[in-house]
Amino acid sequence: MTTESEHAAMTEDGDPSVAGTAGYEVISNAKLSADVHRLVIRAPRVAAVRQPGQFVIVRLGPGAERIPLTIADSDAEQGSIVVVIQAVGKSTSDLVRLAAGDRIDDVVGPLGRPSDLITSGTAVCVAGGVGAAVIYPIARRLAEIGTEVITVLGARTSESVLYAEEFASFAELVVCTDDGSAGRAGLVTDALREVLATRSVDVVYAAGPVPMMSAVAAVTKPLGIRTIVSLNPIMVDGTGMCGGCRVTVDGVMRFACVDGPEFEAHDVDFAELADRLGTYRESELTASTHVCRGSA
Amino acid sequence: MTDVARGEELTKRERLTIDRQEMPTRDPGERSGTFAEVNLGFTERLAMLEAQRCLACKRATCVEGCPVMVDIPTFVRQIEDGDFAAAAETLFRDNTLPAVTGRVCPQEHQCEAECVLGRKGAPVAIGHLERFIADWARGHVHEPPLTIEPTGRRIAVIGAGPGGLTAAGELARHGHDVTIYEALHTPGGVLTYGIPEFRLPNDIVQHEVGRLQALGVHIECNVVIGRTYTLDELRKGFDAVFVSVGAGLPVFLGIPGEGLKGVYSANEYLTRVNLMQAYAFPEADTPVLQGEHVVVIGGGNVAVDAVRTARRLGAQRASIVYRRSRPEMPARVEEIHHAEQEGVTFEFQVSPLAIEGNADRWVTGLRCIDTKLGEPDSSGRRAPIPIEGSERVIPCDTVVVAVGTRANPLLTSSSPDLALTNRGYLVADERGMTNLPGVFAGGDIVRGSATVILAMADGKRIAGTIDEYVRATSVEVTPR
Ligand SMILES: Cc1cc2nc3c(=O)[nH]c(=O)nc-3n(C[C@H](O)[C@H](O)[C@H](O)COP(=O)(O)OP(=O)(O)OC[C@H]3O[C@@H](n4cnc5c(N)ncnc54)[C@H](O)[C@@H]3O)c2cc1C
Ligand SMILES: Cc1cc2nc3c(=O)[nH]c(=O)nc-3n(C[C@H](O)[C@H](O)[C@H](O)COP(=O)(O)OP(=O)(O)OC[C@H]3O[C@@H](n4cnc5c(N)ncnc54)[C@H](O)[C@@H]3O)c2cc1C
Ligand code: SF4
Ligand code: SF4
Ligand code: FES
Repeated sequence: MTTESEHAAMTEDGDPSVAGTAGYEVISNAKLSADVHRLVIRAPRVAAVRQPGQFVIVRLGPGAERIPLTIADSDAEQGSIVVVIQAVGKSTSDLVRLAAGDRIDDVVGPLGRPSDLITSGTAVCVAGGVGAAVIYPIARRLAEIGTEVITVLGARTSESVLYAEEFASFAELVVCTDDGSAGRAGLVTDALREVLATRSVDVVYAAGPVPMMSAVAAVTKPLGIRTIVSLNPIMVDGTGMCGGCRVTVDGVMRFACVDGPEFEAHDVDFAELADRLGTYRESELTASTHVCRGSA
Repeated sequence: MTDVARGEELTKRERLTIDRQEMPTRDPGERSGTFAEVNLGFTERLAMLEAQRCLACKRATCVEGCPVMVDIPTFVRQIEDGDFAAAAETLFRDNTLPAVTGRVCPQEHQCEAECVLGRKGAPVAIGHLERFIADWARGHVHEPPLTIEPTGRRIAVIGAGPGGLTAAGELARHGHDVTIYEALHTPGGVLTYGIPEFRLPNDIVQHEVGRLQALGVHIECNVVIGRTYTLDELRKGFDAVFVSVGAGLPVFLGIPGEGLKGVYSANEYLTRVNLMQAYAFPEADTPVLQGEHVVVIGGGNVAVDAVRTARRLGAQRASIVYRRSRPEMPARVEEIHHAEQEGVTFEFQVSPLAIEGNADRWVTGLRCIDTKLGEPDSSGRRAPIPIEGSERVIPCDTVVVAVGTRANPLLTSSSPDLALTNRGYLVADERGMTNLPGVFAGGDIVRGSATVILAMADGKRIAGTIDEYVRATSVEVTPR
């Protein structure tokens, strides 16, 4: 009944219970900007099935937090996934310090629903900061399936513009920096407004800091352009068990880890999301200044 | 307390003169500062003395009160005789996780409720004795390696809670090749992420998990069925699948203020503390808010676990707000009692209306209204009716919502052919099989939120029918 190969595919590699291979190996770690790194991690089961819009939850080792990270890319053949991590606190800083050959105890996924992608027409993909890594797999797949893609990429300075070359290889690209050191000076919303004024656009996808996504939604709403944002609330399990990732969408409580992370932007209560992200601000300060633990 | 000399058979009258032995506990004052287990366990002497109380009834009603029909008179008699190894053997025959059930079964509604001694006085402390033997066995009994002929049949178990763990153990003992897929990074289900350390130390759960692995069960954590693999893929890769994913979706109240900072579901609160060790923050990385005034809404085991956790995290005031009255609280009586000793306060017949917050959107209080019980409705239940003018605000900085859980649609929504009840639970026939051939289900995902022992009973019973099923359906042994 069961064939050997079907079964083997399920219990083989990446299996932390196999002696000597505990954990998920870091294949490489490249620094993309001052605080952003690109890690390639061996996680064959995830790599085999993940789709744009999905994420993993990683836990570095005993005592570490479970944190969500978008799957920026994958290579099913090599059995690897790519995550782009901005070091903002304790857990992300510990992760970007890993070297090739190091192991991460737990990588679970792919989590979340795949993106709802349009298959024709024109899409604008707007990314702020590390949101570029969230938007990249979406934009690329859109281009692959025949949608016309315009990418608006925002960053503080030229140094922190992420994935510009990759985007440019398949999409029209507008870069904006706060200081004008790359592309045009100004906010992504300014560039977006210009694009929307001159082009007929079917959908806008946006990922980045909450104020940026909120601002994008404010631009597109009066124009009646469908807009999809990738939300980033605090998560624990990623399976719908804790409710910590709850967000209010169209007045209804939704769990971002299972119902999202993408939602219709015009329905999202961004103020609540931004506020709830600050729940542990004090604790985070303690964590990042606490040095007595030997592990990190 | 009468101490009865051993060595000769006691008369019934002598047995009846012995008082029920009390479980030694950690001092309540010391407790609220530690997550160490509250119950310290019987000594050998206490266990043997308690065992002497049992009348070894011919028609042992206690056994009928136990969902897995543990042979209580026999194992208690073996304790009385000081033959703990034999008692362990008896116990393990019917119950694969006695160290767990001895600690968390609602004995007062099950085995002990049916003990004849309970009619006039206190029933035999069956749970405490069960725990005693299981703990003794951990230090003394080493299971011989399995000598069973492998059958070549492969079975997948989804979810490593008590239901899945029990089924996996039984199936391995039948010689099948069993793989458990678990979404979290540690097995145990609610035993690991929900029930706190002070009631059920995680070491005990992990010891049981180790026993399964010694039997050859593969446990693969970090696999979410419905995401990493689909149920259909498992059906192709295995001869049968047992679904025991629990009912872990938290229910909120739907009242204003649930998005404020300082509001948790009990699942999140307990998961942060138990699974992620937030009590050790910043030694562990996961934080939890350490409220000074914590209000927990609900009256079950989950609520009581959360409120006692709050005390241990340093809350000056930790209260239960429950819409019915004390006798209706579904939590284990022992835990309610422990909570009282630990200084937990209770507000009965109170219904929450809204969670209030300040300008920075931090919780400041729970607005609620007192209720009285009305006339029985068509279902015979007396619904709480608000008492006009009794609205008030209970000041607090943290609110934990513990009003129940539902079926999580993560797995089922990825398998549209699977038959569900209108509330999203799985439908299984008397063999435990769902409408999909070869897919079985048990535990909370079928029963709704129930108990550890019922999930285990399902696991054990359905492992039996799975065994029959795979032996009948997959005739050839897959070539190696
Ligand atoms: C679905 C999803 C996908 C994500 N993808 C990525 C990704 O691809 N790359 C990446 O670098 N980050 C991503 N994040 C955010 C990342 O998970 C957080 O930055 C991380 O959890 C912070 O952990 P920390 O311990 O390092 O920092 P902390 O000490 O916990 O936090 C430091 C600062 O970050 C803020 N913060 C905390 N959690 C989040 C969060 N979830 N989102 C935004 N800010 C937060 C805090 O308020 C604080 O100001 C994603 C989040 C979600 C929910
Ligand atoms: C805080 C708390 C206290 C309790 N106290 C008691 C008590 O004192 N006594 C008592 O008898 N009962 C108690 N209960 C109830 C008892 O714990 C449950 O009835 C029992 O655990 C149900 O067992 P289960 O095996 O069906 O599921 P669970 O224990 O819920 O385990 C299910 C497992 O499946 C995993 N899973 C879920 N979905 C997937 C998926 N798609 N893919 C892979 N894995 C998945 C989960 O991560 C989990 O590990 C309590 C419950 C809670 C929450
Ligand atoms: S399993 Fe539970 S109900 Fe059965 S004898 Fe043990 S404690 Fe009692
Ligand atoms: S009913 Fe009570 S006294 Fe009788 S056998 Fe059971 S435990 Fe012993
Ligand atoms: S992260 Fe726990 S429910 Fe979404």
